[in-house]
Amino acid sequence: MKISATMALSVFGLAALAAPALAQQGLDEPFQKPFKEALAGKTVAYVPVAMNFDLTEGWYAGLKKELEPYGVKFVIRDANWNTNAGAQAVTSLISEKPAVMVVHNPDVQTYAKLLQRAENEGIYVIQINMGSAYRSSAFVGANWIEIGERQTEGVVKACQGKSNKIAIIQGALSAAASAYTLKGVENVLAKHPEIKVVSSQAADWDAAKAKAITQTVLKQNPDLCGIVGFWDGMDIGTAAAIKEAGLTGKVFLATSGGGERKGACELVKSGAFDLNMSYDVPTQAAQMAGTIKWLLSSGVKPGSVKGSEYTTLIPITKENADSQLSCWNLSDLKK
Amino acid sequence: MKRFRFNQQEIVFAVFALLFLVFSIFLNGFLSADNMLTLLQNVAVLGILGLAMAIVVIGRGIDISLIASLAVPPGLVLQMAQNGHSLPASLTVAFLIAIAFGLFNGWLIAYAEVPSLFATLATGLLLAGLGQAALFQLDVVQWSNGMDGFERLGQGTILGIPTSIVMFAIACVVVAFLLRRTRWGAYIYAIGDNPYAARVTGIPTRPIIVLQYVIAALIGCFAGLVLAASVNSMPTRIFNSTLIYDVVLVVVLGGIGLSGGRGGVLNVIIGTLLIGTMLNGMTIMDISYAGQNLIKGVVLLLAVITDSFLNPRNEETAQQGDI
Repeated sequence: MKISATMALSVFGLAALAAPALAQQGLDEPFQKPFKEALAGKTVAYVPVAMNFDLTEGWYAGLKKELEPYGVKFVIRDANWNTNAGAQAVTSLISEKPAVMVVHNPDVQTYAKLLQRAENEGIYVIQINMGSAYRSSAFVGANWIEIGERQTEGVVKACQGKSNKIAIIQGALSAAASAYTLKGVENVLAKHPEIKVVSSQAADWDAAKAKAITQTVLKQNPDLCGIVGFWDGMDIGTAAAIKEAGLTGKVFLATSGGGERKGACELVKSGAFDLNMSYDVPTQAAQMAGTIKWLLSSGVKPGSVKGSEYTTLIPITKENADSQLSCWNLSDLKK
Repeated sequence: MKRFRFNQQEIVFAVFALLFLVFSIFLNGFLSADNMLTLLQNVAVLGILGLAMAIVVIGRGIDISLIASLAVPPGLVLQMAQNGHSLPASLTVAFLIAIAFGLFNGWLIAYAEVPSLFATLATGLLLAGLGQAALFQLDVVQWSNGMDGFERLGQGTILGIPTSIVMFAIACVVVAFLLRRTRWGAYIYAIGDNPYAARVTGIPTRPIIVLQYVIAALIGCFAGLVLAASVNSMPTRIFNSTLIYDVVLVVVLGGIGLSGGRGGVLNVIIGTLLIGTMLNGMTIMDISYAGQNLIKGVVLLLAVITDSFLNPRNEETAQQGDI
């Protein structure tokens, strides 16, 4: 191709060059330049409830990968599990005026008023995985009710023809994600009156507590047929208790998480988890980045459009735990 | 007529016995051998930490940084194994860090004379922060193939008894031996009772104080390894939890006064048993989280109030350094 083009050029000489808008000459795409200008030098502020765990590290790595090549700058304000610190970070960010704030709420109320103020001040607010009472430009994240429902459906199905006794290991009582998931569990249980919940306790997202509760419950109810756990990082403990009781495969354990390979797929493969509802962090990050690109290039007034992007969940079971697409590696995402 | 005087240890033991009796009668499945083992297993790590805290508290100090020793060196073992280092090398590094950390704590308290509460509060934050910033990739360090076999430290059974209980028992024996059978143990009691008198009688108080914190850090590290082995991961965020209060609670509730010089391993065991019985009974009854906290608070308050009624404090019994 190249050779023939050069040849053509030399043969036709000036005549060819003078002909307008032929294949030899490029056509300017009118929208890419404003797009680049809209992104270059803009600041995206990221306020997770804490760094250093698979979800928030994954989102950050994914956002950076998508947006940094366009000259977008990032600032992190790590709330480190401290709701006050997070609220202060959001407050100070409002006066620093980044173009976009990506916010991971610790609960429904704390940031709600602040986020509204931020959008009034002209900052786009994207909420991830944990929404607040204020609906901002975009919400990207898991539908916790759906997670609770699908986990429970899995457990109920596994319980058919068995004792119908199940246990629920909740997260922290103050966390909305935990309360929403519980609502999903209740929705399904309402349709299945034959299922008996023998224990429903909060383990504070703590694997050791989850293990202690599960051990006691299994001793009391050795015929338990399933457990609904609320987070895979905590349910490592639940799984350890099941394994120690020699009930792996007999007690169906459903959990949920971000789908990081070591925390999800490998544990499903080993039989520790029977079902892990994954909200696939890299896809969430890509959706966030896409939303940021759209918002910045559209020039809409912050707060004037509002929408949600609920994550399409990936149910990880033995069948797909080996697939490269089911899980992701943090180290790869960071490259 | 001679008036009966109970000390806190006996009161707590009585509360424990009462609770145990009530649960045994009214709670189906509580008094089974299996459940008893579960009960102990669930508080084994807490008990081991209680032993570490006891050594320091008997020597009239307190070690708030214990949870950092529990989380960071064992977390590093898992992280190093994940990164492909051998298990013995990882363990050696972890124990060296624990020793260095204990030495640093001890030096601050014994030589720089910083009060132990503040010194360990700061060093705990330092170590936990170092772990988060430099050592771990994620808060929860996952088990990897390089650790295979090591989970037996916290899982499975030895002669029918869950391993973590055996580990607690071993730690009890070692600490009891140290406190009651060695000269160092006697020195720790002497320092806790009256540090100035101890120094005057020629006891090397400063090195002994350093020793206390080194032992505490090592026991903390051991407890962390048992915990990690038992849940197949190291949730290093445990540093931010309220575990340290539970540890102090076990020690104080068991009857080791914060003023130092009193108590021993038996007190830790009693304190641990009380907490274990309460947690187990409430889990079986499926009491809500808020309800559990309420009951825990009430029982503890009762124990403490009864103690101060039966053994009122006055200028004679109160000591300097009493919290």
